[in-house]
Amino acid sequence: MLENAWIIPALPVTSFFLILFFGKRLPGKGHELGIAAVGIAFILSCVCVSQWVAKPADYHPPAAHEASATTGEASAAPEGGEEEGIRQPVVHEVTWFETGDTTVKVGTHMDGLAVMLVFTVTLISLLVHIFSTNYMHGDRRYTHFFAALSLFTAGMLIMVTSSTTLLLLVGWEMMGLCSFMLIGHWWEEQKNSDAALKAFFTTRTGDIGLLVGLSILFVAAGNTFEISTINSKALSGDIAHGVVLAAAAALLCAVIGKSAQFPLHTWLPDAMAGPTPVSALIHAATMVVAGVYLVARLYGVFWSGFSIANGTVNPLAAVGGITIIIAALLAFVQSDIKKVLAYSTVSQLGYMVMALGVGAWTAGIFHLFTHAMFKGLLFLGAGSVSHAVHSFDMKKDMGGLKKHMPVTFWTFVIGSLALAGIPPLAGFWSKDEILVGASENGYKFFLIVGLVGAFMTACYMTRCVYLTFFGEYRGHGHPHESPIAITAPLVVLGVMAVVAGWVNFPAHAAEWFGKWTENEVFAVAGVQSHKFAPGLAFAGFLMGVGGIAAGWAYYARNWGPHRLTERSKPALRGYVFLENKYYLDYIETDLVVGSIKGPIARGAYWINQQILDAVVNGAATVSRAVARFTYDYIDQKGVDGIVNGAGVGAEEGGSVLRVLQTGRVQQYAAFLFGGVVLLGGALILFA
Amino acid sequence: MYLNQFLFLAAFLFCVGVYGVLARKNGVLVLMSVELILNAVNVNLVAFGAFHNTVVGQVFALFVIAIAAAEVGVGLAIVLLIYRNKHSIDLSEVDIMKG
Repeated sequence: MLENAWIIPALPVTSFFLILFFGKRLPGKGHELGIAAVGIAFILSCVCVSQWVAKPADYHPPAAHEASATTGEASAAPEGGEEEGIRQPVVHEVTWFETGDTTVKVGTHMDGLAVMLVFTVTLISLLVHIFSTNYMHGDRRYTHFFAALSLFTAGMLIMVTSSTTLLLLVGWEMMGLCSFMLIGHWWEEQKNSDAALKAFFTTRTGDIGLLVGLSILFVAAGNTFEISTINSKALSGDIAHGVVLAAAAALLCAVIGKSAQFPLHTWLPDAMAGPTPVSALIHAATMVVAGVYLVARLYGVFWSGFSIANGTVNPLAAVGGITIIIAALLAFVQSDIKKVLAYSTVSQLGYMVMALGVGAWTAGIFHLFTHAMFKGLLFLGAGSVSHAVHSFDMKKDMGGLKKHMPVTFWTFVIGSLALAGIPPLAGFWSKDEILVGASENGYKFFLIVGLVGAFMTACYMTRCVYLTFFGEYRGHGHPHESPIAITAPLVVLGVMAVVAGWVNFPAHAAEWFGKWTENEVFAVAGVQSHKFAPGLAFAGFLMGVGGIAAGWAYYARNWGPHRLTERSKPALRGYVFLENKYYLDYIETDLVVGSIKGPIARGAYWINQQILDAVVNGAATVSRAVARFTYDYIDQKGVDGIVNGAGVGAEEGGSVLRVLQTGRVQQYAAFLFGGVVLLGGALILFA
Repeated sequence: MYLNQFLFLAAFLFCVGVYGVLARKNGVLVLMSVELILNAVNVNLVAFGAFHNTVVGQVFALFVIAIAAAEVGVGLAIVLLIYRNKHSIDLSEVDIMKG
């Protein structure tokens, strides 16, 4: 199955077209096709996982060039007596086209990272499909919704299985398009189509970086799109450091756009305008993790470009760290349950990016894996709640739902605890690994950022759970538990949110996840995977519990300084500052776009009128003189003479030949036979 | 085997065909004459094939027959359209392409 992994993305592509053309005629309006395709893809990806795990770890990639070994003693090249290798990636490629001496190939490159993501994506997508059959029931574009879901899944699968950056770009753009279609699914409302456009344009801004970065890498690596070649050349020092740095910086722009990092994170909360299952899919398994995946996949470029091994501040870690804190702060002031989760996603993506930035590769993608499980769960839970109360506003329409919706409540709590990092749930293990990585690679500052982030995460999730499920019901009507199509995915993800962290259980000879996902870059660059550190784990746990306790005390027990915003000016300012999302939207739309429209445009106009026009006018005067001369002598006399001569010649010749064009077929045939006779005669005479 | 007999036959057919194409006014008859020319060539092909003891000539003739069928289909369609527009298939009247 690893050889033929192309089947997995091919399935949802097929179902996309089938749903589009035949979906409306089917009894289920197309959802059966989508579920079948993604379901089969999920089974196949399970096969992939089992085959990958069964693969012997006996591959030793060629050792790194001396150049990369000198990137610092801190990186500590792997010890000589390494007993175990890694699993060799399974590559299956065909030639797409050749131009000149460049051969462009497409194919699949299955390694631990790809297998893990294929499994995650198909699992989440399958559950989202099932969830949607009920959640979207009776929607006016039900069939199109499922078609777009299929294409979205296909885009992500193409991207993660791709062996070349070209195909990776294709998958990336497919997701950009599908997110636009799905966020704007209810485009009749202006707000929704605005959100879709915002998501599209904001990620597009980053995508410019992707194009630039991939182009740089294509040329620098010797006209190849092969990801493994690019990685190994970036690591071995075949590509100049400056070039790798430029490429990494350009790719970072793409990551910031797609993975909603500061300062381009603003599109993601707005993307909540889409249907809830879409939010779950976008935020858990696809789209936003695409950026993180890009870093993980081209880690050789980032590793040597940003000199991650050196243990100093680098752009990747900085972006991640800033994002963790600012997004977590924003999550406190939201009253829309989905927006709390959206900012939480932004913050957690910050963790992943920071983890990759501090050299904790395994931790970063492990967090990606566990986060997909519990964030998918939380979004679907939010969908289930809103299905019951027909609103997303926690303050106005929710509260006290604990007794009305027990299944949703318990799964949501499990997801929240996993997110808050309470052992033994999934989030605890992955978050702890990030902290260990940051501390051991010498990124002390980011360790503190991570711990503060953990505290804040626990705190805002407590607020969210309290406002939604505890207290008195504040909405209208009688909320009731959602049907099985909605609760079943919740239960599955709830189980996953509990057990997903155990695959990297830090026992002797365990830590399977780390071993399964080790890839060439990992081995060549000497990226270290870190041992479980009980002290830090306890610190992380304390932060989680402390956050929950603080949140509970403040929101449920009403302890602490309430109504601070009414009594203290600075607090109020801070609150307003947060409520306006750091004015980033204004900065982006009014300041950046506005300044381009306003002063810069006016300035450009002035320069245009005063300076450019003078130059242009001067040039025009000179060129008019030259032109007059050219016109009078060269053009009129010389060129025109030739042209007119040709015209007259053609006209004269035409009127002579015109006589031959009688329009009668038989005369033409006579000419034809005459010509043949002449040719035949010539052949006999002269040959 | 005498090749001459076949070549004479083919030459005769060819001449009949050329006469028909050039001299007849009726569009359908012109098409039939074209077929005669093609068949003259076919006779030549098969004859030479037999003379040289290969099947290439016959294969080629089959190709010609197949393509002639397609060609005559188009030709008859054109004649039909001319008839619809002019109520006549006299080719001497069809000279709207006159330059």
